Amino acid sequence: MFNRMRNKYTFSKGVDEYFSGIHNAYLFTALFFREAFKRPFHLREVINQCFEVGLKSLALISLTGFIVGIVFTKQSRPSLEDFGATSWLPSLIGIAIIKALGPLVTALICAGKVGSSIGAELGSMRVTEQIDAMEVSAINPFKYLVVTRVIATTLTIPVLALYCSFVALYGSYLNVHAEETSSMISFYQSAFKTISFLDITTSVVKTIVYGFTIGIVGCYKGYHATQGTRGVGKAANQAVVLAMFLIFIEEVIIVQIANWIR
Amino acid sequence: MKKLKQHSIDKEDSVISISGLFKSFDELEVLRGINFQLFKGENVAVLGKSGTGKSVLIKIIIGLLKPDRGEVVVLGQHVAQLESKELNALRIRIGFSFQNSALYDSMNVYQNLAFPLTMNRKNLNKKEVDDAVEEVLEAVGLTDKLKQMPSDLSGGQRKRIGIARTLILKPEIMLYDEPTSGLDPITSAEIIELINEVQQKYNTSSVIITHDLTCAKNSANRIAMLLEGEFLKVGTFDEVFDTNDEQVKAFFDYNFIQ
Repeated sequence: MFNRMRNKYTFSKGVDEYFSGIHNAYLFTALFFREAFKRPFHLREVINQCFEVGLKSLALISLTGFIVGIVFTKQSRPSLEDFGATSWLPSLIGIAIIKALGPLVTALICAGKVGSSIGAELGSMRVTEQIDAMEVSAINPFKYLVVTRVIATTLTIPVLALYCSFVALYGSYLNVHAEETSSMISFYQSAFKTISFLDITTSVVKTIVYGFTIGIVGCYKGYHATQGTRGVGKAANQAVVLAMFLIFIEEVIIVQIANWIR
Repeated sequence: MKKLKQHSIDKEDSVISISGLFKSFDELEVLRGINFQLFKGENVAVLGKSGTGKSVLIKIIIGLLKPDRGEVVVLGQHVAQLESKELNALRIRIGFSFQNSALYDSMNVYQNLAFPLTMNRKNLNKKEVDDAVEEVLEAVGLTDKLKQMPSDLSGGQRKRIGIARTLILKPEIMLYDEPTSGLDPITSAEIIELINEVQQKYNTSSVIITHDLTCAKNSANRIAMLLEGEFLKVGTFDEVFDTNDEQVKAFFDYNFIQ
């Protein structure tokens, strides 16, 4: 009891740090919403960051999306053949890719590539006092570094997810076309036949939430990095792990909400 | 080496006034009742061992850290009571040179220098920004490094660019955090000369945080000896070190042995 009082911990150091971490993350997110709608908007930096996020991930997303399309088609075909239902293949692929795989694969790749990069960049700026240098030059570092990056990931990741879905569908089409003669237009028509407006909306909303999560988690971890270069590595690592964890939780919640609406 | 101007100090006009300043981190009490005044046109070196709170003191002056107790008045304004807009307006009038220069490593030298200017004075055109950058680069003697990245610069050059970046906003007060740490004696002498040139050219008042006696002796009008969170002695170099105090003598001897 005495030790607890002396160290100012209510429970234990770990429990207190866990809850104060949640509280700090909440304050950080609230500050983002407060600052995002205030002038100046740093539009040029937002555009720069959009290019950074988009270009950094484009090659990897193209490759992964393409492979996901091919592999998923290859894996699904035998099961459908057993039931003589290979004509349903484009619809199955469309549902799987547009409703789940496209957004999720994009989000996971961006969490790894963009989230870690943001965490490491801001972490390195924090430990080398570059963030303090902005502050003493009367520049709001939160607005310039955090707000611009979170807006960039929130805007860019939905576009990347859409692109990933189309590339995956194209990969799938090539696989289907190799097995049986089929035109690209009829493949895409069949793929989208079973997709409703709600499905598309849910996917877009999901990717917006994922984009925001990746940006805010990367920035939060980087902005609060400590302990020198070790802290930078830790911030980058935690940015990826936490963002991925949150993405899976958000996936479950959003799918559940969409099902209620349906 | 360019000598300090002694005559321009205005003892009636205090630009920084600190009274009863306390600061702790958890249970570690770093500053314990600091009283201090910096007059217009004066350079004061704050000397002390590592971990005695020297850097904490200037971070409180510029509002990066909040004091636990005490009053910090800079250019007539109570720093702890300022709103963020007022604090930023005050910060433009203060230059802060970081120990490790803190140059933005994703920007080249030109962008590092232009950044604070373009962010704070939106109405400037490209030519005005270019001229301002050229002027401060000239002041620090590095006009040929415009397109270089910070990683391509030596330690001394990085310090100079760091100082140039603060000068671009034409500060009235300069705060130097360990300006000669990690530099060889010749580069240190050049940085000390630069500090004196800045004082003369820009008519600044400066607080120089250092543990380097050569730097303190050659760049400061007064020395403030910080030990265990308090100013043990304040005065000219000779006044401070002409003493029988064991701690001050140990610090003096240690520097000369080094």
